[in-house]
Amino acid sequence: MELLGYIFQQCINGLQLGAVYALIALGYTMVYGVLRLINFAHGDIFMLGAFIAYYLLSRFTLPIYVVFVLTMICTALAGYIIEKVAYKPLRNAPKISLLITAVGVSLFLEYFLSLKAVFTPNYIAFPRPFEVEAFDLSLFTITNVQLIIFSITGVSLGLLYLLVYKTKQGTAMRAVSYDKEIASLMGINIDATVSLTFIVGASLAGVGGILYGIAYPQINVFMGVMPGIKSFIAAVLGGIGIIHGAVLGGFIIGLSEVFVSAFLSSTFRDGVIFVILFLVLLLKPTGIFGKRIDKV
Amino acid sequence: MNFFWEARKVILLSVLIYLSVKAIFFFGYVSQYIEQITLYALIVILASLGLNVIYGYTGQFSLGHAAFYGIGAYVSAYLTKIFSIENIFAYIPILFISGAAAGLIGYLIGIPILRLRDDFLAIATLGFGTLVRVLLDNSDKFSEVFGGSRGFVGIPRLTTFELAFVIVIFLILITHNLIYSRYGLFWRCIKNDELASASIGINTFSMKLMAFTYGCFLAGIGGALYANLYTFLHPSNFDILKSIDFLIIVIVGGMGSIAGTIYAGLIWVGFIEGLRIVLPAEVVDLRWVFIPLLLIALMMWKPYGLMTKSRN
Repeated sequence: MELLGYIFQQCINGLQLGAVYALIALGYTMVYGVLRLINFAHGDIFMLGAFIAYYLLSRFTLPIYVVFVLTMICTALAGYIIEKVAYKPLRNAPKISLLITAVGVSLFLEYFLSLKAVFTPNYIAFPRPFEVEAFDLSLFTITNVQLIIFSITGVSLGLLYLLVYKTKQGTAMRAVSYDKEIASLMGINIDATVSLTFIVGASLAGVGGILYGIAYPQINVFMGVMPGIKSFIAAVLGGIGIIHGAVLGGFIIGLSEVFVSAFLSSTFRDGVIFVILFLVLLLKPTGIFGKRIDKV
Repeated sequence: MNFFWEARKVILLSVLIYLSVKAIFFFGYVSQYIEQITLYALIVILASLGLNVIYGYTGQFSLGHAAFYGIGAYVSAYLTKIFSIENIFAYIPILFISGAAAGLIGYLIGIPILRLRDDFLAIATLGFGTLVRVLLDNSDKFSEVFGGSRGFVGIPRLTTFELAFVIVIFLILITHNLIYSRYGLFWRCIKNDELASASIGINTFSMKLMAFTYGCFLAGIGGALYANLYTFLHPSNFDILKSIDFLIIVIVGGMGSIAGTIYAGLIWVGFIEGLRIVLPAEVVDLRWVFIPLLLIALMMWKPYGLMTKSRN
């Protein structure tokens, strides 16, 4: 009975982590869909979200919902600028050039922000915007932080679904990811669609950053690296370019990471994620929901 | 013998370089530190040459090159420590065993991942690099000698300037000959168009695997020389940033240019280590702000590197 309770508890913890991964993975999967680019800087936008929220909370003591809105606006702006400055000039360059640029943007953001004059290379404590309360449900406990994470992830997901499947812009996005040239022949503004994709992805990553800061209240400029790569793996696992695939992948990665830490050793948790990646790439490179790798 | 005759110009040049470097060292114009970084530059050139074979010549993008460099380093450190080797002639076989170990692991990991291309290959090699890092961090669970995340200490110092110089020149000549052999032709062919290469009967998969294995072998030898130069290893020396170091050298030097890799390796080590002498520590910290900008600028204006002659 005790073991069962422990397993349930770890499940909740895994879902909490998985929800954050899912939010980041959505940005990866959408950008990959329209540009065929692994946006390495996406993990750093997630980090940026946590830092902006930190400043808004600690310097201006704004209410939490204002913090969410402002952070989303700032990270969306960051995503928009990165796309315009770094990726757009290389739209027709070889794929690897674009990838190396993405690595460069990621390193630049990390090391620029880690300068003492900008942020700091040290860990800083993320302020608690509200008191943590735990609800005891006999078998396991769930905190209000976890409930907030689940509900915000759910709402973001719902809004994203509406955007992608029910609006004109969403149709344009899907058309561009299906075939860029034909889409532009149909009168779709490619640049605007790509920008919109980056804006939506970056604002979701910003939300993920705040939630991560609330759940694991220690932030650092390099905190985006591993979650970024793991979320990309989540996107590959679910089938790259597929929205519900990214969400499922995020939850699977979060759960496996938490279970490996709980039952094996926390030092192996990064390794296990990459073993999952190898298995996916070998056995079903299109991912769980994917049909063909080059189509959405 | 033909091998040496054909390479006579390079050998003559390297003897001249050797004598002049030795003369500079002998008359004591430079400190111990400069000697150390000269050796380090040779090692970096060797490992980058490996990446140039994989990426520059064969077009297989790898973000995990430092993992193979690390495997070579740990194998050599382990063998020289448990056999407590002090003789340089006993060290040479170990050097090649370390390279072969890195090559073998490259071969085994290459079989699954070289089926992927471009960005998926990048993420798979990056994953492999992280996996190796995790294993090295936990290596004290397999044997206390490795030291895990505390680092591997007490490695005998065996790398001398003569040894490193001869090995590096020898391997550069071998690489040059390989590149201009029929295999090298296949590699360059695959880089330009994999589908077309397959259609004229090149076994693209086994050729890619061969290039990858050979590149990892070079990285392993570089790592072995590194381990027995610095006598201390830490898993953080072999993480993604190190892979990006090699990548930058290959790109700056020009993809598919041996001379370019040599120049870029020298410039890179001289630049990084030189800055450390001249400038205060706070300014040196800035280098990782400017290096990514350099990388982005290169991709925009010179995507095939600074020293390449022609575009494909």
